[in-house]
Amino acid sequence: MRPSVIINVFLRDFRKQRKRMSLTLLAILWGTFSIMLLLAFGEGLKYQMKHGTRGLGEGIVIVWGGQTSIPFEGFGKGRHIPLVPDDIDYIRQRMPELEAVSGEYIRWGATVKFKDKVLSERINGLFPDYEQLRNFIPQMGGRFINGADIEKRRRVAFLGDRTYERLFSGGSTDASGKESQPLDPVGQTIEIGGTPFLVIGVMQHKMQGSSYQGRDEDVIAIPASTFVALFGDPYLDNIIYKPSDKGDYKGAEKRLFEVMGAKHKFHPDDESALWTWDIMEEEKEEEMIAFGIQLFLGMIGALTLIIAGVGVANIMYVSVRERTREIGIKMALGARRIYILVQFVLEALWITLFGGALGMAMAYVLTEAFRRVEIDSEAISFMGKPTVSLEIGIIVTLILGIIGFLSGLFPAMKASSVDPVQSLRYE
Amino acid sequence: MLKMSNIHKVYKTGHVEFRALKGINIEIKDNEYVSIMGPSGSGKSTLMNIMGCLDVPSEGDYTFDDRPVRNLTPNQLAEIRNRKVGFVFQAFNLLPYATAAENVEIPLLFAGMKSKARRLRVTEVLSSVGLADKMDNKPTELSGGEMQRVAIARALANRPNLILADEPTGNLDSASGTEIIKLLDEMHAQGHTIIIITHDQSIGNHTQRIIKLKDGMVFNGNGSPA
Repeated sequence: MRPSVIINVFLRDFRKQRKRMSLTLLAILWGTFSIMLLLAFGEGLKYQMKHGTRGLGEGIVIVWGGQTSIPFEGFGKGRHIPLVPDDIDYIRQRMPELEAVSGEYIRWGATVKFKDKVLSERINGLFPDYEQLRNFIPQMGGRFINGADIEKRRRVAFLGDRTYERLFSGGSTDASGKESQPLDPVGQTIEIGGTPFLVIGVMQHKMQGSSYQGRDEDVIAIPASTFVALFGDPYLDNIIYKPSDKGDYKGAEKRLFEVMGAKHKFHPDDESALWTWDIMEEEKEEEMIAFGIQLFLGMIGALTLIIAGVGVANIMYVSVRERTREIGIKMALGARRIYILVQFVLEALWITLFGGALGMAMAYVLTEAFRRVEIDSEAISFMGKPTVSLEIGIIVTLILGIIGFLSGLFPAMKASSVDPVQSLRYE
Repeated sequence: MLKMSNIHKVYKTGHVEFRALKGINIEIKDNEYVSIMGPSGSGKSTLMNIMGCLDVPSEGDYTFDDRPVRNLTPNQLAEIRNRKVGFVFQAFNLLPYATAAENVEIPLLFAGMKSKARRLRVTEVLSSVGLADKMDNKPTELSGGEMQRVAIARALANRPNLILADEPTGNLDSASGTEIIKLLDEMHAQGHTIIIITHDQSIGNHTQRIIKLKDGMVFNGNGSPA
């Protein structure tokens, strides 16, 4: 089999067959376009879900006080385990494998006032490392709570982006409200429970897929020390820690129960003594869900493409029937059967790959356009931005190749089995 | 050139058997000019297909250029058709979407010739049949005689020894037919072996030897050269 012979014959004949192929080409184009779009939206969704979890904080574990379920050292079951401020340092000293440990005070329903606007809000007493752990990133011109704020019990407040909108806008929370807030909040004074606080920063908007005790965009954060002084709260609401080794978060959790168990007198195996929420576990689950969704979308797309492939096979069969005489003539002129076979396979492959390339290009243009358009809708922002990745391109190309090959192979086998004597007999 | 001994060909359609050839013995020498004549259904075309290695006999021995065809693979048969045999059909059998030049190019493509050499050979062989000015015409833009000349040019493209012409003048008016025969005469003069299948007694008389077929058998005793 000489490749150059096959390619020469193929190139020459294919130009003559162009017209009949155009509709089939369109079917493949549409199929590819569909699968690309579906996968691109799946990719966007995946990114969004991943990003959403990251919004809460990456690789962190949140711990709440619980209730014992195993009697320990003379204490009965059902004893409340509260989290106290010095737990943070205690854990920090005994668990060097943790990258960071922090805690949080929460008070609900505090009166917050700015000029003539009065809201009932949740107040969080926080430490400076919260900025990194929980992605409380200030917008330009502002800052988060720092060490000096804690030390001097300063009356300063860091606002969630939506809190800021609600507090500083004229009461409108609609979409256009965003732009009607020219007032720079940093340096303004708000009142929390009648005490004036200086606003030091506003949080950058972030995607947050999951939350506990309210969304971060609604936060009003003040220094933990100020919080204790103001409200006299003896208990931490929760403790947050981040293991240095992401892979060993299970081991870190076990150590935490040992350390806290020794301090608070509960059995280290008592799983209900502390409540933990593992973001990493959640990240894994969400990755699986996203993968599942993408697989599902990909399958729908692949089915569309298979239908288009059947179209190609169909047109190729018709083409074989129409061209039996041509096949016979070629055999009489010295074509080997394999030349005929490869020619038909190449034709089908070419239709699928060319149609596929056009479909891919169209899908790419459309997704890029979609990415550039700002659509202010919750549903669409959750759906994320469709993304055509190299991975998607490779997968679709492979699927196209297989479909093209198979849809050409069977008609081609028929073509190459044409009996030249029969095909030349009738005129 | 070729030798057939006791060739049989049986076609089967379902349970019905049709014996197209029943023990043919023919020998044809290099550069002979032979015609095969006989009524419809006498097995002329079947015989030609076997001679041209397009079909294989059901029984009997066929030797082409001293090679027993029985032992050849399909690819080797394809190569013989490509290099050593030129077919000319009654219905021309040109590819309708291809120009005259492109039709003549086909056997050259299968022979693996480079594109420059192909173009040269196409021009050469089309000029030799007097169609140098019709190279880019499609078959629909040619007269019957011209189409048959393209077919002859195509048959000659790879310089085969044997030209097999199945009723080459059957679809032509007598003037064009005469031209085609003249062309075949020239081919013969240049050393090609020519076998013509025909109904036309005057064409038969024009050749060196007439082999008459009837009911799948040679009946005039002319199977071997005199």
